[in-house]
Amino acid sequence: MFLLLFSFSLFLTIQSHSYHKSKFINSANVITGGLYGMVNNFGAYFNLKSENDILLEENSRLKSILYNTNQDQLKEAYRPGINANQQFNITVAQVIKNSYSATNNYLTINKGKADSITQDMGVVTSNGIIGIVNNTSKRYATIMSVLNTNIRINAQLKKTNHYGYLTWNSESPHVVQLVDIPIQAPLSIGDTIVTGGRSTIFPKGIRIGKVESFKIDDTENSYEANIKLFNDMTNLGHVYVIKNLDSNEISTLNNNDE
Amino acid sequence: MNNLILKYSFSFIVLVLIQSLALNHINFLGYINPYIYVLFLILFPIKNNRLLFIFISFLLGLSVDLFLDSGGIHAAACVSIAYIRPAILRFSFGTIYEHQTIKFSSTEFGQRFSYFSIIILIHHLILFSLEIFNSSKIILILKKTLFSSIFTIILCLLITILFSRKKR
Repeated sequence: MFLLLFSFSLFLTIQSHSYHKSKFINSANVITGGLYGMVNNFGAYFNLKSENDILLEENSRLKSILYNTNQDQLKEAYRPGINANQQFNITVAQVIKNSYSATNNYLTINKGKADSITQDMGVVTSNGIIGIVNNTSKRYATIMSVLNTNIRINAQLKKTNHYGYLTWNSESPHVVQLVDIPIQAPLSIGDTIVTGGRSTIFPKGIRIGKVESFKIDDTENSYEANIKLFNDMTNLGHVYVIKNLDSNEISTLNNNDE
Repeated sequence: MNNLILKYSFSFIVLVLIQSLALNHINFLGYINPYIYVLFLILFPIKNNRLLFIFISFLLGLSVDLFLDSGGIHAAACVSIAYIRPAILRFSFGTIYEHQTIKFSSTEFGQRFSYFSIIILIHHLILFSLEIFNSSKIILILKKTLFSSIFTIILCLLITILFSRKKR
């Protein structure tokens, strides 16, 4: 009996370490999701002021972009009704469970399949990236946070096109690691890191963080950098879920090539 | 008997809820969280069926796992504690346990303290080794185990003192 149950829980543990396998035991189900949602309803009132400030800040930033762009270009980009060029759909959601102290952190949000959220969609805030949708139920979804040792996100330097992968060494919830940047890249402290657009999950150019320190790794032909996140992962309210409408097309194309 | 079942199922639910909704957001100094749901395993009546106890602890761990998206690490730690609990009881209470007359409220503080700390230390060690799952980070495992255990032990002792009925 003991051995049976122990090995079953070990099996679940090992399964949860591989990407997209944590099917059965996750907090996107009705009971836990509903409970977290209820508790968060109360908790959210205390964050209203800071949430408002964040939204105002984002609004002012977007307005300044809007007013400083050429009007003709704007008309070209936004033609109501004819959105043939639209590649990304955005859904807003609320984080109802946050976690950042474990080695594999998952968040839960209050939108699910009913709001057409599916696996492998990107999640961001106005400050930068949060993670990737991992599991969905009807009304809730779990997100694999960037603070997860299993995560790998394509990222690049803002000023050049040298790219690498984001990982996390589980030491600090404010610092993630960028590895595999080619040694030819002109890396320096304070450089901005953005998403690379080589995966179908995130659009290109979403802010991630700043280089805090870097060193040459063991293989001696790439850099390993510590990135200070723009986001405060310990304090998350509203997030945006990004759906890439072209992702099916791109991934079938890639599969054909292999 | 019915009263007992009711009492323990109530404490089961309350402990899981407190654990997942409140205590996991403490993050004292960034990573120290108490896991007081272990209290259920510590205080579970001793005379009961062992298979039942192992099964209930599995359920307890699994429900905490459900809330925390942590795979099966809490379930594994709980099941192992349920399995080795008789040995720990014999070690910390000696002959009183052999005669099956043990009552937690009537034991000495020292014995109770050693019983609590052994169970909590072993539980946390299994928990964090499975969570981190990496032998090169053994220092991190030990650090987390030590500090979280201290926190949990203090909380558990306080709770048992607060909720124990004085019959004097």
